[in-house]
Amino acid sequence: MRHEWAPVTAVEIAADVRAGRRSARSVVEAHLEAIAAREPELHAFNLVLHAEARGAADEIDRRVAAGEDPGPLAGVPVALKDNLATRGIPTTCGSRILDGWRPPYDATVVSRLREAGAIVVGKTNMDEFAMGSSTENSAFGPTRNPHDPSRVPGGSSGGSAAAVAAGFAPLALGSDTGGSIRQPAALCGVVGMKPTYGVVSRYGLVAFASSLDQIGPFAATVADAAALLEAIGGHDPLDSTSIAGPAPRVSGVLGDGVEGLRVGVVRELTGGLDPDVAARMNEAAAALAGAGAKVDDASVPSVGLGLSAYYLIATAEASSNLARYDGVRYGLRVDPGPESTGDVTAMYGATRAAGFGPEVKRRIMLGTYALSAGYYDAYYGQAQRVRTLLIRDFEAAYAQFDLLLSATSPTTAFALGAKSDDPLAMYLSDVCTIPSNLAGHPAVSVPFGTGDNGMPVGIQLYAPALGEPVLFRAAAALERSAPR
Amino acid sequence: MTAAGWETVIGLEVHCELATATKLFCGCPNAFGDEPNTNVCPVCLGLPGSLPVLNRRSVELAMAVGTALHSEVRPSTFHRKNYFYPDMPKDYQVSQYDQPINVGGHLDLPDGTRIGVTRAHMEEDTGKTTHVGESGRIHGADYALVDYNRAGVPLVEIVSEPDIRSADEARAYVNELRAILVAIGASDARMEEGSLRIDANVSVRPAGSSVLGTRAEIKNLNSVRSLGRAVDYEVRRQIGLLEAGEKVVQETRHWNEDAGRTSSMRSKEEAYDYRYFPEPDLVPLAPSDEWRDAVAAGLPVLPADRRRSLAAAAGVAADDHAVVTVVALGLDDLVAAAVADGADPRLALNRAANEVAAAHVAPADVSATGFTTVLVMEGDGRLTATQAKQVLAEVLAGGGDPVVIAQARGFEALGADALTGVVDQVVADHPGEWARFKDGEAKLAGFFVGQVMAATQGKADGKAVTARLRELASR
Amino acid sequence: MVHVAVLARLALTDAEIDEFTGQLAAVLEHAADVAALDTAGVPPTAHPLPLVNVLRDDVVRPSLDRDEVLAAAPAAESGRFKVPRILGDAP
Repeated sequence: MRHEWAPVTAVEIAADVRAGRRSARSVVEAHLEAIAAREPELHAFNLVLHAEARGAADEIDRRVAAGEDPGPLAGVPVALKDNLATRGIPTTCGSRILDGWRPPYDATVVSRLREAGAIVVGKTNMDEFAMGSSTENSAFGPTRNPHDPSRVPGGSSGGSAAAVAAGFAPLALGSDTGGSIRQPAALCGVVGMKPTYGVVSRYGLVAFASSLDQIGPFAATVADAAALLEAIGGHDPLDSTSIAGPAPRVSGVLGDGVEGLRVGVVRELTGGLDPDVAARMNEAAAALAGAGAKVDDASVPSVGLGLSAYYLIATAEASSNLARYDGVRYGLRVDPGPESTGDVTAMYGATRAAGFGPEVKRRIMLGTYALSAGYYDAYYGQAQRVRTLLIRDFEAAYAQFDLLLSATSPTTAFALGAKSDDPLAMYLSDVCTIPSNLAGHPAVSVPFGTGDNGMPVGIQLYAPALGEPVLFRAAAALERSAPR
Repeated sequence: MTAAGWETVIGLEVHCELATATKLFCGCPNAFGDEPNTNVCPVCLGLPGSLPVLNRRSVELAMAVGTALHSEVRPSTFHRKNYFYPDMPKDYQVSQYDQPINVGGHLDLPDGTRIGVTRAHMEEDTGKTTHVGESGRIHGADYALVDYNRAGVPLVEIVSEPDIRSADEARAYVNELRAILVAIGASDARMEEGSLRIDANVSVRPAGSSVLGTRAEIKNLNSVRSLGRAVDYEVRRQIGLLEAGEKVVQETRHWNEDAGRTSSMRSKEEAYDYRYFPEPDLVPLAPSDEWRDAVAAGLPVLPADRRRSLAAAAGVAADDHAVVTVVALGLDDLVAAAVADGADPRLALNRAANEVAAAHVAPADVSATGFTTVLVMEGDGRLTATQAKQVLAEVLAGGGDPVVIAQARGFEALGADALTGVVDQVVADHPGEWARFKDGEAKLAGFFVGQVMAATQGKADGKAVTARLRELASR
Repeated sequence: MVHVAVLARLALTDAEIDEFTGQLAAVLEHAADVAALDTAGVPPTAHPLPLVNVLRDDVVRPSLDRDEVLAAAPAAESGRFKVPRILGDAP
């Protein structure tokens, strides 16, 4: 699966293409070959854009030849999670209900990637509407883990994680609502990062839970993830929740080391880990200490409440965000049949029953219930207050620490089908990643060794809001000290 | 209107489309009457991935509405109101819920009655549904067609307290509210185009009771006239029920203009449960004191104050019909200008309220000089009332100098000497009538005025004729 | 659960209703810790960011092409989206 010039990072590809040492077209062809070789086995993509990628590569090469600036990510293939709107290109969210829909617009991140010279090679598979932790909830079949195809890649951005792990593209974008970038990154052995809420525009990201969703990078290296974040981040007037100011500058701090940084290991998240994962976590903490960080135990008492709060808030928002899939303006419409009243309400029910998979229906039901009359205060209202408590806990922890650390996922990649019959067990696997979404803080998963089964383990670092520079600085240090 | 022993209680919810250039959350035009689905984009179509960004002008207009209604303009948030309907692209409506931008306030009717305002909040409009089928009505339609041009147009919903006590008051409230909305530039308030829409909550209770009766909410009121008719109908219906020992059901009722009655909108099996929650795609509004002050400073003089000024100038009551009409039509500046240039105030007021109003000319298109000149000519007797109205109509229709118009039409009121001669001759020609007039049969004045008019082809000034008659009689 | 499915416009089968009823009960049982928490005096957090007054100028931007918009629709007629008959007015 590697090529004569491999392995090359996105940073190296861009430097070579910009300098004319390598053509964008050759880069794209090499990656399309890799895709042709293993995609039938892995199913990382819902759609591979062969012609579009070649055309875009030729345009980059023309610009280089003409002496124009082809952009900081010139010629770098990038895979997009299939919940990012791409003009004229099907965007399915892993769901039947968006059957045939071609957005009439590009997501802001897609526009920015094109401007940066990156080349979109395909739309990656995902759990339907990003609801899941294994990519088994896709209407188009599961994605498999490149390290062991009998296992899941994690989710919901499993296709993006697998694409990077398999060398289909050096970069990919995912979305992270409760860990949907970091958990598959951990399970596939790549870097995955969730930015501070508002750092990356959500315009064109098909919403799951609007107050939690954030787009972020996947890459094989921390430096590549940094370059991708810098390309997509920064204020967007089309997103009211976008933070004013430019993208965080993180590439320049990667070599700064962790000397003197205070790192707290989140005590409440050390229980419940598989022993091999716990061992890697302790080794990662020790490695940072060895690199000069001051490592100690930290406490975020309300993280345990985070899981329930998350599932109430996320499903409530989702139940509203997914109402629009009603068979009127785009996507699937299902005739309710001659037995029905034949009115628009019957059409809604038939369309939504046929178009959504079981996990989406389950979450719509839970969210609708949590918002319904008589239950709002006990569920949604309480969950929002827990969110406040959690943010306060983090504030207290960050008074003592620059960074927090935990495992990304309690387990390594599990077998396909292992958890698909037990939604609650699947939800519990998100316990370490959810707190950052509730708080809106940035976090990154960095590969750190393997478990007893040889599958990758990811270590998660958290920073306070807009703490991307210190987060990337520590992530790079952890990457340098990771077992090879 | 209310039958003896019963009191009517009305609260109104008025939806007003704001006069912005673009929609509430996107840059599509806020325009009426365009080809269907031409003013739409990913945001107002609710396409997956699109996000709303609030229109600054719509917030300023909403603040202006609140300020004009004496509301407290507060920090506010947006919520989602969840329900499925084909005219709503997202199947939720973005609205304000427990933290609206304007809280409290009041509106004073021309007669001085004060109606409380509960709140005036912002929300987005829905698209437009057309029911297609043989009947052309919602029931029995074969299918429906949806146009989203209106979806996302900014609305302010103004909710009154249940302080309104009659159909007349309800009409006066809406007329006054419209006058305010137009005066401050918040809306064109055209009910015929749907830019102002009314729902009425109507209940009755025994006179003297302080407990509210069960109310019905009436929808589909497309004019102020419909509002009055519907309220009258509904009050009669409810009193009829109660006097028959039955109960009023709390429900939504549909006004049928042709049938002249309200009917139940068939309560559906499921009760509505809107599942309001804070709109996560929008951030709170927190207008600064400076912003609020700037909005208040930008407000024009409001209709109530303009009525007071005009009434004082004309020496009539503030709820005088002519005063109300002139201010509602925005003709008070015209009257003031004429009075300043020597026109008789009462005459200027009446000519504006009647002849100018009937001409349906925009205030800006009325020649103030022409209007004033006609009034002055009438006032000093150069034109009779009849002639003045004709000249004014011509001035309003096409403009032109009233003096030239009067000459062209041969209008010239008789000079005082000529008039005296004609009156004296008419008196001499009708000695019998004159004797009776002198004996106190006052109504015969009309007879003599008519004779003089006939003799002068209408060029005589009726007032001057009457004055001469009195003068002769008193000798 | 039937009422919730009606609110959510999901025409679920009886088997789905049964399955979801059990699964949602398990999730809600797990959420009992949140529901039971004493949060007196704790304000709710709706947004992770303390942003206010994010506004755009009232300037017209290009709308979409109607043919492209209607081409995405399952059914259209006379420049409008076509839907099955509607029983009942909007609330």
